[in-house]
Amino acid sequence: MKKTFFLLLVCLLLIGLVPFVQAQDVIELDMYFPVSVGGGPDALITALCDEFHQEYPNIKVNPVYAGSYADTRTKVLAAIQAGNTPAIALMFSIDLYQLYSMDVLYDYDSFATDKAGQKWLNGFYDGFMQNSRLNEKTYGIPWQRSTIIMYYNKDMFREAGLDPEMPPTTWAELKDYAQKLTVKDAAGNTTRYGVQVPSDKAGYAYWMLQTFTLTQDGFNIMSPDGTEVFFNDPRTIKGLEFWKSLSDDGCQAPGTPKWSTTVSDFLEQKVAIMYHTTGNLTNVRKNAKFDFGTSRLPADTSYGSPTGGGNFYLFKGVPEEETKAAYTFIQWMTNNPERVAQWSIDTGYVATRPEAYETQRMIDYANDFPSALTARDQLEFAHAEFSVYDQGAVQDILDTAIEAAMTGTKTPEKAMQDAQIAADAILVDYR
Amino acid sequence: MQTNIQRIDQANRLKKRRTTWLAWLMLLPSMIILAVFTLYPIGESVYMSLFKNNMSTFVTGPVWVGLQNYVNLFTRDAVFKKAFYNNLIIAAVTIPSSVTLAVAMALFTNKVGRGKSFVRVAYFYPALLPMVAVANIWLFIYTPMYGLLGYIAPTWRLLENVDTVQWALIIMLVWKQAGYVMIFYISGLQGIDQEMYEAAKIDGANSVQAFWHVTWPMLKPTTIYVMIITMTNAYKMVDHLYIMTKGGPDNASNMLLFYVYQKAFDQSNVGVASAVTVVLIVILLLATVVQFYTQDKRTFYA
Amino acid sequence: MKTKTASSRRWKLSPPMLVVYVVMFLTAIVFLIPLVWMVRTAFIPSEHTTNLLAIDWPTLDNFTRVWQAAPWSTYYINTFIIVGGVLAMQFFTVVLAGYAFARLDFHLKNTLFILFLLQIMIAADVLILPNYKTISALGLSNTLLGAMLPFFASAMGTFLIRQTIKTIPYELEEAAKIDGCSLPRLLLQIYVPLLVPALIAHGTIAASYQWNNFLWNLIVINSVANRPLTVGLAIFAMSYETGAQWSDVSAATFLVAAPLLTLFFVFQKRFVHSFAHSGIK
Repeated sequence: MKKTFFLLLVCLLLIGLVPFVQAQDVIELDMYFPVSVGGGPDALITALCDEFHQEYPNIKVNPVYAGSYADTRTKVLAAIQAGNTPAIALMFSIDLYQLYSMDVLYDYDSFATDKAGQKWLNGFYDGFMQNSRLNEKTYGIPWQRSTIIMYYNKDMFREAGLDPEMPPTTWAELKDYAQKLTVKDAAGNTTRYGVQVPSDKAGYAYWMLQTFTLTQDGFNIMSPDGTEVFFNDPRTIKGLEFWKSLSDDGCQAPGTPKWSTTVSDFLEQKVAIMYHTTGNLTNVRKNAKFDFGTSRLPADTSYGSPTGGGNFYLFKGVPEEETKAAYTFIQWMTNNPERVAQWSIDTGYVATRPEAYETQRMIDYANDFPSALTARDQLEFAHAEFSVYDQGAVQDILDTAIEAAMTGTKTPEKAMQDAQIAADAILVDYR
Repeated sequence: MQTNIQRIDQANRLKKRRTTWLAWLMLLPSMIILAVFTLYPIGESVYMSLFKNNMSTFVTGPVWVGLQNYVNLFTRDAVFKKAFYNNLIIAAVTIPSSVTLAVAMALFTNKVGRGKSFVRVAYFYPALLPMVAVANIWLFIYTPMYGLLGYIAPTWRLLENVDTVQWALIIMLVWKQAGYVMIFYISGLQGIDQEMYEAAKIDGANSVQAFWHVTWPMLKPTTIYVMIITMTNAYKMVDHLYIMTKGGPDNASNMLLFYVYQKAFDQSNVGVASAVTVVLIVILLLATVVQFYTQDKRTFYA
Repeated sequence: MKTKTASSRRWKLSPPMLVVYVVMFLTAIVFLIPLVWMVRTAFIPSEHTTNLLAIDWPTLDNFTRVWQAAPWSTYYINTFIIVGGVLAMQFFTVVLAGYAFARLDFHLKNTLFILFLLQIMIAADVLILPNYKTISALGLSNTLLGAMLPFFASAMGTFLIRQTIKTIPYELEEAAKIDGCSLPRLLLQIYVPLLVPALIAHGTIAASYQWNNFLWNLIVINSVANRPLTVGLAIFAMSYETGAQWSDVSAATFLVAAPLLTLFFVFQKRFVHSFAHSGIK
């Protein structure tokens, strides 16, 4: 016994001494990318990179899946600080100010000087360019972009005597319907909640808060230049209070329901309505064992939703041929309407260019599955996702404040006022 | 003129000088690693904690701020205070409960006839699971409504509630750690001379008295050792937060080391992260010093 | 329960002790629940994942899917390299240092000893930020060597070897020296064979520590090619951020936990002995 065990240890030692060899003959680019929605886009990205390599044999893009958007930011920042700046990365669109303040980004305008290049740059939905442009220059190319939409369980609507083709369109209706959809057992325990808008920090609490401010005449919680936040504005507080009231009135789970389990809660039919990213549409469609619908978000005084998702960035400080190769790749990925359409069909992300919706495959798909158009139709009411300088720190403050309000350790008003002070202390350096 | 003693002294000194070189040479590989990855980083943390070094200073370079980072931590930083307090609770709860449970388990596995290896396996295996794996398993256990616990208590949402999240995690930590601690007590128990129990029996002690007058005192060296392990663990085990809560909700489950990770790597705030690291070092050093001077030093110089 | 009571009676238990025994057995069963739950979820067809009472034939479907979804074999190799590399270097540093502390009388011995103690209290795990800076400065970020380097010395191991050497009669060394045995040969031929049990004990601990290490590897390793199992698992679990597909996550968790657990179940006594041995003071 002892001998076998020792042998095992020795084997471990030997494996430990195996050297690593890798050959390089083409331009290889490591591209960090995040996936924060289900449905497996990581395999799709890999397939696209392979396809690109077939067309351009001298360029090879290695997608490096780095976890969530926050993890990807962490990894890229760490790589830059360690002097291993990548040529390209697919990152959160809202990392723009932070990356800009570090002076590590190339703008695309200086590369896309010819007519075709300009046409490419100007061909994206304006809603998505709000988080991609700064000082009239383009620093991010939209790729896996989304908005938040409402998913609802039509079977439950029928069961509760609601019209499955008439989802709630106002906050008041939302709460009213949600209460009708909530189910309790004989002991008075809730076995099904009417609505779930996830509010945990591990997810995207700040993003969900935006759904309740942008539906008040498009009020956004930060200034377009990324140096001011409006957490203590009465409209922000009102939005948060309404969100919290869904829990207080018993039609949403108390505390901070998790972003990561919200979709399975919906698929397991433990909630009737959820707010979630369009990036999950294909996933929900594949896995729902019931009839579901999607719609734009209910309004207070207007429709509205934040955009979200990831952009391609080009980084300074790498050999020129790598930048060129990365640029070629980004254009290849985002310029072809067919490819953009297919990506949208495969994932549920919104196709980033209007012309993608004119492709035959997209028209066919939308005929078969009208929900695919919900997010696009909502784009006219879409606004920039929360994005400021020192994003990591400020976002953490806001997320924490939302958690404090939702768990009842602070009132919404107090939480937002404290968050305002903390955020100002950081942002003052950038004004 | 030298006496014999002086001569022997001198010879000894010469010999010691020779062995000193040899000893230092043999210690060199370890010393390099310890110097670079334990000593130097302590100094560097202290140094870096005296600068404002975050996203806003990325282009200009770090700015000297003296002790400002510490002042902010202790006066303004609510997250730090929570993490600090949470860590105290975790240490204060997990250490005694792990030790108590471990002693009970060790006594039991020592005595039980049938099923000894079953019981031992059941108690010990959590120690061999990666914390990340543990986090995945328990996350599913704690998932409301359709997780394992959801079948027993459908209304519990332990990880989403500021009052319960810490306790839900503490239960998991004790589960993970108790079996590991038990092993040391098993070996400690085996080292106790059976004659001492015979003597206690002759004096008319019952089994409870025998435990308090023989077993527990004899286990003291083990206990000291275990205290050190569990103490460092209380501050080191944070991997599960990455998977389960990210320190939330409202930082109710945040811990100092995880806060260092968030500040340093999520938010690129090197100055504050360094200051928190220094606080962490001071806590651990204080704990060692207290252990070292209040306890029998035999543990270290066996 | 009936058999347990019967066998308990054979040990002549008083009623209160009987209660204690039942409680401790129940504790053991409760302790096993998470493992059973994980294994069940990993092997049951995924449509039954959230149905506690469902019973079905075990399937490997979840594993097939999970195995294709991430480069697990790369993760395994990297973990093996890290574990193996750290063990190899630790055996080397620990035997040398342990010998010096056990057998040699030298200047600053106590000071150096306290420095070693420091490593036990303030482990590299706590110093993630400055150590990451050091590793980056050395150009070792995103390398396996960078992940391993801070762990090449072990105070715990040094103390264990020191104690073990102290139990070896000094006469053995003197006899060898009279035969003209040099120090390297003395260590290799006289001491190392006698230290094998202690090295196995230390190796077991160090190996399981490295196998399970997460935060440091998460920070140091960026690329998929160098990613070890724990980081791969965490990132895999996160990839289902919206799906939380528990069947897949459980299968992946099983993949990561199984090797060490299997070894433990097979070499149970050895493991327990090793862990206990490392703590003997």
